[in-house]
Amino acid sequence: MMKSQAAESQQLTFVHHLGQAVVGFVTLAGDLTLFGLRMASWIIPGWPRGNVLWPVMYQIGVLSLPVILITGGFIGMVLSVQAYEQFALMHMESQLGTVVNVTLLKELGPVLAAVMLAGRVGSAMAAQLGTMRVTEQIDALTALGANPVAYLVVPRFLACFLLIPLLTLFADGIGVLSGWWFSTQVLDVESFYYWHHSRRFVTSYDLLSGILKSVFFGTAISLIACHRGFHSRAGAEGVGQAATEAFVYSFVVILGIDFLLGYLLMELYPILWK
Amino acid sequence: MSSLIELENVSRQFGTQQVLRDITLSVETGKTLVLIGESGCGKSVTMKLMMNLLPPSSGTVLWDGRPVKDRTEKEIVRERLRFGYLFQGAALFDSLTVFENVAFGLRQNRRLHPKQISQTVHERLRDVGLDPAIVVDKKPAELSGGMRKRVGLARALAMDPEVMLYDEPTTGLDPIMSDVINELILRTRERCNVTSIVVTHDMNTVQKVADRVVMFYPLARLNPEDPQIIFDGAAEEAFESLDPRVSQFVRGEAGERLQELAIG
Ligand SMILES: Nc1ncnc2c1ncn2[C@@H]1O[C@H](COP(=O)(O)OP(=O)(O)OP(=O)(O)O)[C@@H](O)[C@H]1O
Ligand SMILES: [Mg+2]
Repeated sequence: MMKSQAAESQQLTFVHHLGQAVVGFVTLAGDLTLFGLRMASWIIPGWPRGNVLWPVMYQIGVLSLPVILITGGFIGMVLSVQAYEQFALMHMESQLGTVVNVTLLKELGPVLAAVMLAGRVGSAMAAQLGTMRVTEQIDALTALGANPVAYLVVPRFLACFLLIPLLTLFADGIGVLSGWWFSTQVLDVESFYYWHHSRRFVTSYDLLSGILKSVFFGTAISLIACHRGFHSRAGAEGVGQAATEAFVYSFVVILGIDFLLGYLLMELYPILWK
Repeated sequence: MSSLIELENVSRQFGTQQVLRDITLSVETGKTLVLIGESGCGKSVTMKLMMNLLPPSSGTVLWDGRPVKDRTEKEIVRERLRFGYLFQGAALFDSLTVFENVAFGLRQNRRLHPKQISQTVHERLRDVGLDPAIVVDKKPAELSGGMRKRVGLARALAMDPEVMLYDEPTTGLDPIMSDVINELILRTRERCNVTSIVVTHDMNTVQKVADRVVMFYPLARLNPEDPQIIFDGAAEEAFESLDPRVSQFVRGEAGERLQELAIG
């Protein structure tokens, strides 16, 4: 018995593992899509009551503000530092505002805010729902006539869908200010030119692209976190794993969406923007 | 005899582990059925199958003689409210207070005046031997294990179910409180002819409440052709059974299973 098992595992080649990984990935993606559709079908009939929605909104929105402001503040300053070096070489310091603000609004603001929130909000949601799964609270919801998807997933989705773009706007705002402050006060760029060039080259298309991305990021974070929580395995280890997976999967999906949308929005720019 | 819940040739497995095999069992209306059997033999799983919280791997679950899977999702949700379930680990919602836990089903499904809800919650808490004034504002984490269990019981009873499923109602309670709960099970049954299914390891409960006892045996130690239900009859018969697997269990004697200790 032992022998045949050992022989079998030796026969598992790289191709087997690759196959398993592909099957695992496709199953997971399909599962997640079905989960999303199930959630979507409950948004209208299961619209959450205020006393269910507000605490979730508070958790996700208000309590995330500090980390979001810190994230935004540092991105603005880091971008100024990095871009300044390059621009100074070409004696184009006055153009600094353009690159700082475009990168911030279009790319780094939404992505880093989303990654921060995947860590803070996503893993917390996965851990909470995982605990509820493991301690049979999700079964208890069903037993008491509440649909767990409507009661647990819909409010979390709504909160992420609405608040993650809003939090991204906050991060953007603080980032713009901190970038300006650092560039003009520390790096001695002329404030007039900083804004002048920013205004010439930063369009609302950049801002809207960033916000559109963050809508997708918010959706992905909430669905992945709830899905991982719902399928948590038993025990503290299972719940911990659900939380970790929620973060890691969200991170990968955020990068994937960022790339796809970035590419798409670039191609669409001439069509959509005059 | 009409039966509210029936299992017909039901099997259930988790991954490769088979837990229930070919179980056929019907619960008579208004009677109390006690399920016994050693830890891990699938009693809790059976209760979840009965309430359709888990689907069977094969076989049919029937409510009122009609297969559950012939019903629409909506019908299932509505009819499930006829059942009350005390979970083994109480399964209280830990973000809600005791009051909100007990009121949950009422709020979710009935249009009641807040005063009526509050009155029902207080009554049910008193029924299970808790002082409402002390516990209502507490979170489940602030309660002892036995108190949590009783809040879970109050929550299930608040909906005035036709069928009560109790998963180990007295585990973790002191002997006095256990007796209170046994009495509560009896009274609940008498009050409105409630059908009860009780999973327990407590032989006092068996003696006190059972109209019928069914004993499961773990599949792992069963021959493939033997039935998994090794006893089905009145409580007295269980105590007089000639099958050593049954008599040793109800008397709490390890018998030849003591040898398993030697392995370690
Ligand atoms: N959701 C699940 N996923 C995987 N395995 C499960 C699940 N639920 C139960 N099992 C397995 O099914 C078996 C029976 O579990 P069950 O909870 O019904 O036991 P039990 O008879 O209630 O035991 P106890 O008296 O200890 O409560 C166990 O071996 C358990 O590992
Ligand atoms: Mg059990």
